[in-house]
Amino acid sequence: MNETSTPNLDALLTGAQADIAAAADPRAIETLRVDLLGKKGRVTDLLKSLGAMPHEQRKAFGEQINKVKEQLSAELESRARAIADAELERRLASETIDVTLPGRGEPAGALHPVSRTIRRIEQIFNSMGFESVQGPEIEDDWHNFQALNIPESHPARAMQDTFYALNGARLLRTHTSPVQVRTMLDRKPPIRIICPGRVYRVDFDRTHSPMFHQVEGLYVAENVGLADLKHDLTTFLKLFFERDVEALFRPSYFPFVEPGADVHIRWGDPEKGTRWLEVLGCGVIHPNVLAAVGIDPERYTGYAFGMGVERLTMLRYGVDDLRLFFNNDLRFLEQFK
Amino acid sequence: MKLSENWLREWVNPQATAAELAHKLNMAGLEAEAEPMLAVLPKGIVVGKILSTTPHPQADRLRVCEVDAGTGEVLQIVCGAANARPGILIPAALPGAVLPNGTQVGKAALRGVESSGMLCSASELGLVEKSDGLLELDLTAKPGTPIEQHLGLVDNTVVLELTPNRGDCLSISGLARETAALYGIPVNVPRIKPAVVESEGRIGVVVDDPAGCPHYVGRVVEGLNAAARTPDWMSERLRRSGIRTIHPVVDITNYVLLELGQPMHGFDAEKLKGAIRVRRAKVGEQLKLLNEQTVTLDPRDLLITDGSGPLVLAGIMGGEASGCSSTTTSIFLEAACFEPVSIATSGRRHKLLSDSRYRFERGVDPALQRQALERATALVQDICGGKAGPIVEVGTAPHHVADITLRHSQVNRLLGCEIPADTIVRLLKSLGMAVAPTAASTWKVTVPPHRYDLRIEADLVEEVGRLYGYDNISPRAYAAELAPFSAAETVRQLDRVKDTLIARGYQEVVTYSFVDPKLQAQLDPETPGVMLDNPIAETMAVMRTTIWSGLIPTWQYNRQRQQKRARLFEAGAVYTLDGETNREQAKLAGLIAGSALPEQWGAAGRPVDFFDAKADLDALFGTSLRYEPARHPALHPGRTARVVRNGAAVGWLGALHPKLAETLDIADSLYLFEMDWDAVRDLALPTPEAVSEFPSSRRDLAFVVAEDVSAGALAEVIRASAGPLLKTLQTFDVYRGAGLPAGCKSIAFGLIFQDYSRTLNLEEVDAAAHSVAASVHARLGGLVRD
Repeated sequence: MNETSTPNLDALLTGAQADIAAAADPRAIETLRVDLLGKKGRVTDLLKSLGAMPHEQRKAFGEQINKVKEQLSAELESRARAIADAELERRLASETIDVTLPGRGEPAGALHPVSRTIRRIEQIFNSMGFESVQGPEIEDDWHNFQALNIPESHPARAMQDTFYALNGARLLRTHTSPVQVRTMLDRKPPIRIICPGRVYRVDFDRTHSPMFHQVEGLYVAENVGLADLKHDLTTFLKLFFERDVEALFRPSYFPFVEPGADVHIRWGDPEKGTRWLEVLGCGVIHPNVLAAVGIDPERYTGYAFGMGVERLTMLRYGVDDLRLFFNNDLRFLEQFK
Repeated sequence: MKLSENWLREWVNPQATAAELAHKLNMAGLEAEAEPMLAVLPKGIVVGKILSTTPHPQADRLRVCEVDAGTGEVLQIVCGAANARPGILIPAALPGAVLPNGTQVGKAALRGVESSGMLCSASELGLVEKSDGLLELDLTAKPGTPIEQHLGLVDNTVVLELTPNRGDCLSISGLARETAALYGIPVNVPRIKPAVVESEGRIGVVVDDPAGCPHYVGRVVEGLNAAARTPDWMSERLRRSGIRTIHPVVDITNYVLLELGQPMHGFDAEKLKGAIRVRRAKVGEQLKLLNEQTVTLDPRDLLITDGSGPLVLAGIMGGEASGCSSTTTSIFLEAACFEPVSIATSGRRHKLLSDSRYRFERGVDPALQRQALERATALVQDICGGKAGPIVEVGTAPHHVADITLRHSQVNRLLGCEIPADTIVRLLKSLGMAVAPTAASTWKVTVPPHRYDLRIEADLVEEVGRLYGYDNISPRAYAAELAPFSAAETVRQLDRVKDTLIARGYQEVVTYSFVDPKLQAQLDPETPGVMLDNPIAETMAVMRTTIWSGLIPTWQYNRQRQQKRARLFEAGAVYTLDGETNREQAKLAGLIAGSALPEQWGAAGRPVDFFDAKADLDALFGTSLRYEPARHPALHPGRTARVVRNGAAVGWLGALHPKLAETLDIADSLYLFEMDWDAVRDLALPTPEAVSEFPSSRRDLAFVVAEDVSAGALAEVIRASAGPLLKTLQTFDVYRGAGLPAGCKSIAFGLIFQDYSRTLNLEEVDAAAHSVAASVHARLGGLVRD
């Protein structure tokens, strides 16, 4: 019996191993498992037959069968895993996509460069305590000129410089300064505001647009002077250009400030030569302007400044033709994403 | 204004190069630049005298000149200039000379005649762009003198762009005063001696309008040499300031204008009838000006007149009839002060520009007239001879123009720094002001007439700051009280809305506020627009009443540049006429056109439609908007919604009207929206409810309804009849076609029911669904489709 049973077991093992190795899918593995190790499986049958064996053989043969059982069980499992792995591998291979294909749907648009600059200017001044305010674009003579100490004879008031409407009763504001006037009429000092917006002048060529944008700034409190203005504007210029720009304050004249100044910054490649570029006008508010809006110039002083948004945009992004901003050619605008 | 540096240095001579001087002036608020008067100096050109001329044997236009060029021999030079004649002195380029334009002059044969050099015109010397004939020099010039020496060509031009308040610096004298103050050095004012009165010639002067003309002086000078010519030194100085030599008397008045800043006028005295009268024009009067233009005068124009009528548009331009000519031997010289506003408005009215107007509208020293008249008289006598008559004077010259109280504290306050008292006094005195202390740290400052621009304390503070140097004022980081602010959470922020649109593929554009009235009349015929009185172009003549007036041309512009689609938006004002006045309203507008998506591999192409734009508006404003079918002149009648929020109309959404699209040559699908920004800005604070832990139940119901029943109406009935357990209503299908009665459509809804505190049972969900079906049938005639 010993002689006959052992070769039996060996043959079963060898045969089963060959079957397992040949199994190609999970179902074949399951069939083999049932056939070998199932309730009526061939190995199970051998175990069942142990009972009929003599006691002294039973133990040794039993151990052998159990060994075969364990071995086959392990091999079934490993083969099953290998098949699952291969299947997963195949599935993954079949699911592979071309990741270099473009994404679907709608790409993002962009802010207009002028808006982008206004937003940056606002963020800087807002962080310095200046609130953004708005005012009308169709103004009257009083707010745009008279209250700002601009005399009747001033050339800016001519038809060739200012757009008029309603038979001269209205005009398109030529600067954002009337918003100063409106704000000072509405509020009491301390006042710290900026006003971005559209302004209009009768001028149309490569470097002039009949409509452009300015940001007006105003600070009125007790004892505000030129030194404060210098500090705030140099701080702004540094933050705006994100470097230590060299700024020059040069005396200048605007009817609504006294003392007045214009601010120039050093521009260009230091290797190739630099030049001074005017970027904004400013000054200490003229007492006549304060008086016109009912603020006591003896008690309060203030400063005001105005800057051209297109000019700053052109410098910041290296744009050299003003007309690009208003043609609204998508090929130009898209570059500001 | 341009001035010769050499001339300025005769008055004030700081130890500084021209470039350094220009920088100093700049930093004091006088925009200045120094450039070489000639980029290249002529070489080898000398003063020559034409001794004789003979016609060229081979060429009619050429002449053979014998020239004394100081070389000790007579040179033969062939010349084609019409004014070549014996006796005149001219620039002669000797063989070996190089003209400023690089031309080398040599010995040459011109059509068979030997020519030892070349006689030059002003343009050949590089002095002017164009000139006629040879440049004729002073008869007293010495042949052989290098031309650069004779004409003083080694010079710089100081180019000044002055702000309108600094009219006082529009002259050598004014610039010299300012320069002297900046360097703390004296001015060498040339002494002007009053002329000896040797004649009785006198013309009376009456000033009817002393406010318009506060000071007038004049005098006759008789016995002038009509053949006198303007000397080279004066012509050159005028030329360097861009003024042409015309007639000695005119040149002298121009010279005084440049030197002292006083515009003057020289009349031919024999052409005057009776006394001079300074008055306003009468209606219908006309005057033929020096530039040959005839102007019809306005009663606000100030005139210089005589018995025959208007002679001069005061302070702006002389008349042709009374001017000096080649036969003039007796003149009347005028120096007057005119009120600036009157001159500015007259000049503007008649669109006349002149050096005189430029100065008068900025203001002229009201005390300068006598000095200028004496200076001009002396120059006339030097150049033309003649005997001076007595000075006729009307009005007075003020001794000073203002007394201003200046507080030391105000200087420090407005500038924001401490400037010592003695510095303040020194700086003001350097500008010619008298400074007298009146109380502790307070002065009375007396302003001389030439600084008529200084009126108030702040003006003096600027003068102090300017001379002290803005550069020397340290920036002051003020310890301002913190004033933090934050936008209200219940107000929608435009920047966030813009960012949302951008994330959804929109490009922001900025279009002009003035648009084409023709286009706007088509888009928005019922809203009256604000027309400009003086538009820059016909297509930019009306203020936009809708942003579509700018968006549509922007699409057309880009379409013409091969763009196949666009999503555009603009935020800004629109302007409407409101009775006698106007109104501004903030709007947010958008345009989508062409294909719904950019051409891509993963999505089928289709044109944009209403619901693309609607989804964008919903993304911006949540579900607070309702859409009602409505009509708009610019939009497709079947594809237009009035957008409503809280019962109020707040905007429009729709397809461009096909008829309009055809007129505008737009073939693409195009949808427009415009929202009244202020009406959609308010934002409720979120008030979230707790969420249910119990499962929801869904019932899908498809209703067959007539075509004219809207999805919105259906949804409204469903919501009203479903009871409070209905949490969500989804529209998931719209079907037309086979299986439905003609004129009907089917709209399918998913109804999701849920309770907060328990699981719903089947019966109550079914009951709710039945109730919905019954209501839809009763109210809209809709049947549930199986």
